[in-house]
Amino acid sequence: MTKREEFEAVAAQQILIKDGPYGTAIQRAGLAAQDYAAGTDLTQEQKGNNDLVNLTQPQVIRTICDSYIDAGAHILATNTFNANRISQADYGAEALVHEINVSAARIIRKAIDARDDGVPRFVAGAVGPTNKTLSLSPDVEDPGYREVTFDEIADVYVEQCRALLEGGADFILIETVFDTLNCKAAIMAVKQLERELGRDIPLMISLTLTDLSGRNLSGHTVEAFWYTVRHAKPLTIGLNCSFGAEQLRPHVQLLSDVADTYLMAYPNAGLPNDLGEYDELPETTAALTRVWAENRRINALGGCCGSTPAHIAAMAEAVAGLAPRVPPAITPEMRLAGLEPFSIAA
Amino acid sequence: MNDLTTARFVNIGERTNVTGSARFKKLIMADDYETAVEVARQQVENGAQVIDVNMDEGLLDAEQAMTTFLKLIAAEPDIARVPVMIDSSKWDVIEAGVKCVSGKPIINSISMKEGEEAFLDHARKCMDYGAAVVVMAFDETGQADTKDRKVEICKRAYDLLTGIGFPPEDIIFDPNIFAVATGIEEHDRYGLDFIEAVAEIKASCPHAKTSGGLSNLSFSFRGNETVRRAMHSVFLYHAIPAGLDMAIVNAGQLDVYDQIDPELREACEDVILMRRPDATERLIDLAESYKGKSAADEKAAEEWRGWEVRRRLEHALVKGIDAHVVADTEEARQQFDRPIEVIEGPLMDGMNVVGDLFGSGKMFLPQVVKSARVMKKAVAHLIPFIEAEKEAGAKAKGKIVMATVKGDVHDIGKNIVGVVLQCNGYEVIDLGVMVPWSKILAAANENDADMIGLSGLITPSLDEMVTVAEEMKTAGMTMPLLIGGATTSKVHTALRIDPAYDGPVIHVLDASRAVGVASRLLSDTQRDAFVETTASDYAHVRDARAGKGQSELLAIDDARANFYDAYLSDKAAPPLKPGVHVFDDWDLAELREYFDWTPFFRAWELHGTYPKILEDEVVGESARNLKADADAMLDRIVAEKWFTARGVAGLWPCARHGDDVILHDADGETHTVLPFLRQQVKKSRERANMCLADFIDPAGDWLGGFAVGIHGIEEHSRRFLAEKDDYSDILLKALADRFAEAFAERLHQHVRTDLWGYAPQEQLTNAALIKEEYRGIRPAPGYPACPDHSLKPILFDLLDAEANTGISLTENFAMYPTSAVSGFYFGHPEAQYFGVARIGRDQLEDYAARRNVDIATAERWLRPNLD
Repeated sequence: MTKREEFEAVAAQQILIKDGPYGTAIQRAGLAAQDYAAGTDLTQEQKGNNDLVNLTQPQVIRTICDSYIDAGAHILATNTFNANRISQADYGAEALVHEINVSAARIIRKAIDARDDGVPRFVAGAVGPTNKTLSLSPDVEDPGYREVTFDEIADVYVEQCRALLEGGADFILIETVFDTLNCKAAIMAVKQLERELGRDIPLMISLTLTDLSGRNLSGHTVEAFWYTVRHAKPLTIGLNCSFGAEQLRPHVQLLSDVADTYLMAYPNAGLPNDLGEYDELPETTAALTRVWAENRRINALGGCCGSTPAHIAAMAEAVAGLAPRVPPAITPEMRLAGLEPFSIAA
Repeated sequence: MNDLTTARFVNIGERTNVTGSARFKKLIMADDYETAVEVARQQVENGAQVIDVNMDEGLLDAEQAMTTFLKLIAAEPDIARVPVMIDSSKWDVIEAGVKCVSGKPIINSISMKEGEEAFLDHARKCMDYGAAVVVMAFDETGQADTKDRKVEICKRAYDLLTGIGFPPEDIIFDPNIFAVATGIEEHDRYGLDFIEAVAEIKASCPHAKTSGGLSNLSFSFRGNETVRRAMHSVFLYHAIPAGLDMAIVNAGQLDVYDQIDPELREACEDVILMRRPDATERLIDLAESYKGKSAADEKAAEEWRGWEVRRRLEHALVKGIDAHVVADTEEARQQFDRPIEVIEGPLMDGMNVVGDLFGSGKMFLPQVVKSARVMKKAVAHLIPFIEAEKEAGAKAKGKIVMATVKGDVHDIGKNIVGVVLQCNGYEVIDLGVMVPWSKILAAANENDADMIGLSGLITPSLDEMVTVAEEMKTAGMTMPLLIGGATTSKVHTALRIDPAYDGPVIHVLDASRAVGVASRLLSDTQRDAFVETTASDYAHVRDARAGKGQSELLAIDDARANFYDAYLSDKAAPPLKPGVHVFDDWDLAELREYFDWTPFFRAWELHGTYPKILEDEVVGESARNLKADADAMLDRIVAEKWFTARGVAGLWPCARHGDDVILHDADGETHTVLPFLRQQVKKSRERANMCLADFIDPAGDWLGGFAVGIHGIEEHSRRFLAEKDDYSDILLKALADRFAEAFAERLHQHVRTDLWGYAPQEQLTNAALIKEEYRGIRPAPGYPACPDHSLKPILFDLLDAEANTGISLTENFAMYPTSAVSGFYFGHPEAQYFGVARIGRDQLEDYAARRNVDIATAERWLRPNLD
């Protein structure tokens, strides 16, 4: 059975649990500045370069991963949100991109393979949006200007995804998509790799909204986004970050109705309080997401900013035994999209 | 079309195409991208659903121009909301363009011109970029000109594309529109060849679409816009029914088919359809006379025109005359210091007169709506002046967000309520039809609304209203929620909606009550008492309901034992003409004779039976005026053929099996199950617990089905709304509904006397038809005898109704176009209408099993019939 088939078989039977974030967990490990760069010849300050930790302090990442496995997670993402050439340029660490990603995937792969309990688990190679956008001009005076091209972004993703797969990733998770065109470049990159490697590379795609009306930064509605990326035939489509479960609810519901594939959502632990901290309790998140499960709107659940292993465990417990969502059958129709969807009936 | 995001025929704007628009080309050549972007904006504002961008011009760096322009429009949300068609004959330009487009675009075009390998390579890239694609009918030997070549090339391309996994629904074939009437004989068939090819391509390439560039067609008439427009319209008129899904066309340069001078129209038709050998010469001759024609007519001044302006405005408002209102408003504006004073002064005074007359029953809804039309036009004239002054308009009495709920497309009632409220000084934010709850809540919050009004006509909308109420509660809202629409009731509101929401919920029986309800809800002194009274009233309804110990239900098996025992040997003989019969264009003039006018007046809240209502002491005058306006519009609808009445009827062999009727399809192999519901309420004396299946012989019988729809209102509705003429818009929709009902009546008659033919001698007057004095019934899904709307998809499949009549179903089984009727034909002489009413849990479970759905789904479908 391929990993795609294996995932589909499990997802048809149960609601799967995805892990939570790495950033805050790494901070809690209390690494010193020199720990980040240990053993590299990087000259710039590396404190805060969480992706580099995969390479320099792999045991820290392994411990976090184990805590999520213990909490009940089936989908374990790599700690590689910024492990791409564009983001690493901020630390002068571009040359290490390949190594970081290979190491990151290996850590998770090993952590999973170390468990011999018959529970299905998968390595999702996480790919972030980079900090450049293809749809928007950074210069208000010149709306036609772009900081980067489609091909450049696609190349950046090819490099990162190739390394993640080499390290043992089962899927590529394109997450926190704020610019739909960046996501399309990532899809193109994976298509290129599929041809290069001569195999299917299953994708998971996760949108992030920037306002409550349900649009991302490049202005796409949830439905328009789905039609735009549907050609990637992703294993899962979904939403993460930006808001808590309470605010994501209507958008999960909408996506659940239109997406003919599995749906994964991993909200933040509520909205940040006045101090910028997330203080939603695990049982609160669990109760909110349980409603999605009860309404058969969800196939995979996890946590984003502010979530801890306790949140993941609470969600896993809350939805245990509840039936997963059945993706709807969609009639063949030409479904186009600008910022908004537009269908032409047969 | 309001907010419907699904389109039937798609106009693709060509104004941002350098080969289609000289102006756009000039702008791009001059590097004036700013103005070029405005061209795109106007196109979208004018209703383009997709914009075509083409930069193929020898003197341009097309790749540079394409990417520059696409990046610029990506920064404009008003433009970027619609999909883009990236149009170039050069693949490099296309690929550079598609990398700048963030949604799902259409690539126009690829072809087999350079062989299969290049074709498939491009197709694979289209898949990787996630784009739909236009495929030109072009192969290694050249462009397809004959019908056979067009079909052959497209079929070959289709097989190649689907062979590599290209989604067939993302393919658009362009089988080449070439110029006709060129004087070269070989070109004469080009139009007809295209139209016929489209039909064949659609038939042999499932899910694929077709498109064409229209401007080529009339190339020989460059400079003669009238003739070109006529040719384009005539061409589309014939190509769309053949299956053409979209065309690249300047939407502003299309004429309404029925409004083309009949002589010119016929000449164009002769050319395009190749109906006579001298067609080209005749069109060329005729074309001469269309160079620069215009007509104007004078209007005689009337007596009231001599009055002073304030009185003229009042007169215009009360009488609903809009001919001079803009000029009069302007005259008034010049007499006042500030434009707002015109609204607060003479216009509001006039509307107060209207309000008083309406309130005291001296004016009726049709006139009030006409008054509102006049008021809207006057206000529209003043708005720019008010805004120029930079101050807020007259403070509204309150803000109301109104919507027809998701899954429902009916809006006559909602529009009437909206107009009445606006006339009375309320600000109405009308979200249109098919509005999801999230949008309703968001609009209410954004606009800081004072209340929300929900409308719906079909029964599933009742459930949707409960959902909206629940979501309002979840969102912690407390503003009042008003419920209206034909299927809503005080009982449903009290039992289902009121308990779902913490704020006040008020059922508004009809438009005339809307103002009273709104004003009380917004009154400091009356609000609390009103809310309390209503709440206790609803609580009382609930108590009564609970205490009444509802009528006793029989177990479903006992109800079945008490079935209606029809005398089966009286059943109708097999039909003379079994199978499915399609009627593409029923004569509107004939349907007019079959109108049942009573419901028309009821739609306008004039109660009484036609024709007696015309002589009614109270509403007679109003009814007569309304009828006169309706007749005038009907004359135009019929003469100018605004509507197309499309219908289908089918007759199939069947047998009763329990409460199901099993239909045998033509091949005798496949069977369709129609599950019906049975009355379960315990009957007194000898009365049966009826089910429609009781009228069908288990040993073999026949059953029919039909769907009829009235197409063509959108264009006129848009025109009326653009003219701020709600009155005509509501009138138009009400008449379209009458046409649909009349068509159902006429088609049923045709079935009885001809297709089925069990009553060949039937001679009934229209009044007798309205009284249902004929033999047999035509119950409709969603109505009392057959309350489950979800039978419609089954019926539609049997009739292939979507293809045969162009009627589609929404997710909640509402029909679109809205003016449509569908149902079943039962021919047994004892067949009769009844109401299924309340059913028990046992029948619900049984029905769910028979429909093969889970209980929750069946509950949703049958909610109105459950406890």
